[in-house]
Amino acid sequence: MGMEIREYSDSWEREVSDALSGRFGAAVEIAGSEVRRLFTKASRDNIHDVCRFLHDELNFEHCAIVMGVDMVDYMQVVYVIENYTNFRGLLVEITVDIQNDDLHIPTVSDIWGGANWHERETWELFGIVFDGHTNLKRLLTPDTYEFFPFRKSYKLRGQE
Amino acid sequence: MMADGSGKEGAGAEPTRAQVDAEQEFDRAIVEGKFDSVDMRKVLDAEGGVMDMDKMWITMGPQHPFSHGLWTLIIQADGEIVTDAIPIVGYLHRGWEKETENRTYPKIIPMADRLCYAASMTYTHLYCMTVEKALDLEIPEKAKYIRIVADEINRLQSHLMWLAAVGTDMGNFTIFLWASREREFWMDMNIRLCGARMTTNYPRIGGVRNDTPDIFDRDIIRCTEHFEKMIWEIIGLIDNSSIYQSRMVGTGIITREQCANLGITGPAARGTGVDFDARRDDPYDNYDKVGFEVPVLTAGDSYARYVVRMEEMLQSCIIIKDAMQKIQALGKNSPYRLKAPSRVPAGRHFGRIEDCRGEAMMYLVSDGTDKPYRLKVRSPIFINVSASKPLVQGCRIADIPVIMAMIDMCLGETDR
Amino acid sequence: MGYYTSIQDWIAFPDPLANPYYPFGDAYNLPYDISLKLWNIVGGAIAWLIDLLFPGNAVSEWLVCDMTANFFALVIFMLIVFMVVFIAVLVVLWEERKVLGRAMDRRGTMVGMMGFLQCVADGFKTFMKDNIYSKRVDGMTYWWTLSLIIGTSVLIACMVPLSDRWFVVDYECGLLIVMGLFALAPFFILVSGWSQNNKYSLIGGLRAAEMMISYEIPMLIIIATVALQAGTLNINGIVEAQYGTLPYFIPQAVGFVTFFICAIAESERAPFDLAEAESELVEGWQTEYAGMKWGLIMLADYLRGFCACGMIVILFLGGWNLPGVHLTEWESWLPVPELTFLLKGFLVFFIMVIIRCATPRVRTDTILNLGWKVFLPLAILNLVIVVTYKAGGIF
Repeated sequence: MGMEIREYSDSWEREVSDALSGRFGAAVEIAGSEVRRLFTKASRDNIHDVCRFLHDELNFEHCAIVMGVDMVDYMQVVYVIENYTNFRGLLVEITVDIQNDDLHIPTVSDIWGGANWHERETWELFGIVFDGHTNLKRLLTPDTYEFFPFRKSYKLRGQE
Repeated sequence: MMADGSGKEGAGAEPTRAQVDAEQEFDRAIVEGKFDSVDMRKVLDAEGGVMDMDKMWITMGPQHPFSHGLWTLIIQADGEIVTDAIPIVGYLHRGWEKETENRTYPKIIPMADRLCYAASMTYTHLYCMTVEKALDLEIPEKAKYIRIVADEINRLQSHLMWLAAVGTDMGNFTIFLWASREREFWMDMNIRLCGARMTTNYPRIGGVRNDTPDIFDRDIIRCTEHFEKMIWEIIGLIDNSSIYQSRMVGTGIITREQCANLGITGPAARGTGVDFDARRDDPYDNYDKVGFEVPVLTAGDSYARYVVRMEEMLQSCIIIKDAMQKIQALGKNSPYRLKAPSRVPAGRHFGRIEDCRGEAMMYLVSDGTDKPYRLKVRSPIFINVSASKPLVQGCRIADIPVIMAMIDMCLGETDR
Repeated sequence: MGYYTSIQDWIAFPDPLANPYYPFGDAYNLPYDISLKLWNIVGGAIAWLIDLLFPGNAVSEWLVCDMTANFFALVIFMLIVFMVVFIAVLVVLWEERKVLGRAMDRRGTMVGMMGFLQCVADGFKTFMKDNIYSKRVDGMTYWWTLSLIIGTSVLIACMVPLSDRWFVVDYECGLLIVMGLFALAPFFILVSGWSQNNKYSLIGGLRAAEMMISYEIPMLIIIATVALQAGTLNINGIVEAQYGTLPYFIPQAVGFVTFFICAIAESERAPFDLAEAESELVEGWQTEYAGMKWGLIMLADYLRGFCACGMIVILFLGGWNLPGVHLTEWESWLPVPELTFLLKGFLVFFIMVIIRCATPRVRTDTILNLGWKVFLPLAILNLVIVVTYKAGGIF
């Protein structure tokens, strides 16, 4: 905390990606970057460390999105992390692939309180279990649901 | 502080369904007089000779005057002081994101209108922007400015609706009606621009549906000038009254770090010291070419959030005037819409917009067909309401409507 | 026992003060006079008809004898007094809606007679509603407190005298009786909120009790101050004392403002309607009362509001007198003092409505702070001022 607010410069994406590679090496893959956007890929084992690093060292204070994507063969969890001060407006997107037969991923709600409901939502809609989450209960759908409605296996009328 | 921010966690705070049932059964038995005095004596002895009367759970909602829409806030009250709160949403969950997977891209535009009834155009704008990014489409300058004007009209409309709700939440109907009166002028501007009051269906992928009519160019300036005069009437009514001040100053305080950590965005965060506005710090659609300022206060109470929103309304007027000048400078015949292909190339894109309530995002996963593979909406209120426990903890029951009004609930986007 | 020949012998319009059963001592009472004369017309006509058919019967004479005339006159008297108060309250209700509407830049009620008939329409609407109540309320307290709240409200509203000839009782301590009855309702609200098996009602009832405790004391001190300055607790005496000197809102300006705000709080009108704060407590202590029960509670609310205005007029604004004009010396059939009183009351209510327009509801802690830390010292200051007057021999 207590970082200076800086104005945008072109080197920000490189700074953040260098910091990530310097800390995690090849374990965090930098997939690409745009203006104020940085796309990375991490794995299930180091996602919590990456998030902790972003939050503690690079001062990314805000977790904007935790969402699931059902890629049929596997599932993805996408994190969008945002900075308010030293990289103001910069978004880091972290994509994590997880296998269908082992839908577990460590929670980041102990790092960002705002991720709490995102993770609950992702759990109830995709069935991805966030290990260590304190209150993984259904939020939007009724408690009686025994299926995960946003998976691709759940067909809407008109979908073949 | 990190994790206890939101929702139903807090071990043992919330009784399970079975416990509640058993307790109700027991209460009913007492009311119906099934125990005689000896039994009652035994019950009281078993509970240590006293009845547990210090805390009370009160369910506020889903149909409660303070919840603007269907949501529930279960609060634990110790006398008048709120000690715990559990927000419950989901009554309006329609599966919006799943529904879009079944529709072609243009067909989602009217659906995006329905995400938020108070400011429908911002979500349509966000959706179109996201798809344009996926198509790698650079829309005409004029369309960008028209979208800015439309966005700001919607922001004013939404903020005025919020102001009206603040009035009723404090128990004063004058604010409600005065704000509604001013809102009506902006509704008329919506009608001038696109023919509808609320669900406008106006932005298109590649531009906007129609150019601004001549009458709009004239009326929007008049409306802005009128509004800049009339808003001071409302500000005078609120800011010159010590009762309004006493209801807002010092309630619902959270720190800047807590606010950022809990994911609160928008005017609520800017009133808490988070100096961030996507319009300025991540500009989209020529917002970097119009001049405006972002009001930021560090007090972090309801009054700061109120001031930020009021100031935002005045800034919106400035943006509208500026953008209208740019539109007029571009001339009547400049293009306002591009033809967009129906198929979106495979890839992942996301758009970010400063909604009237906070930071709205859409994340589009496309697979090369004419339908989205996955479209995620990041609703600001969904996260803001998850932080209602730290917001209301320690305040009085009478403060809850005011504090939650400063979040400006809109259940259409929250539950999606 | 005279011998009756014509109808004029039956309908003789007797002097009410000559009636041996006249209940008001030697004070002239206008509504009683009207009702006695009304009964004389009705009863005399019936007696005359019966006497035409059966000359010399006892029923005719019983109908016009002093005791019967007094009995029926009292029945009509009650109706007249209540109807006047009721219509005054409807006017107050209409005034509030119309003034609120204009202040909020809308029209207010629009149904018939400039919106006046909207009150009647609303009355019919609530009357037609189903009588819904929860099975789990505490029946006895639920119903009795409701009846008592409405009953005491109607009673005090009728007890407010409109002039020195339009009153129900004229005791030496009449002011204390009215204020005592006025202070009863919060107890019933507390019990009623408790009995409804509803948390909102319970909180509403507790808030009503909280408010009562903090507002009764300054209010009673100010009443005592007024009585001290007038030298009497008799309402007539207080009004006469103000006619003799000045309306008390000039010498007791501090007390006037304090009493005004306390009266708003006492009648539970906005901005002090904490007990029924609809934004957080749904409908407060009235949550479980539906249909006509709610309609009567609303009526009782406005009766109390009217009564509070009446008390302000009596204590501070010179009652039914205008400065320099002694209205009771007017022609006895002209209702000038009564109308003056009502118009002053409506003026006070107008200010209450304007306050309601401009302010939000205050919070419980604010109201307690105000009551104990502002109004109580102000009331005592007012008392000191009046004692100084008395000691200096100014009044």
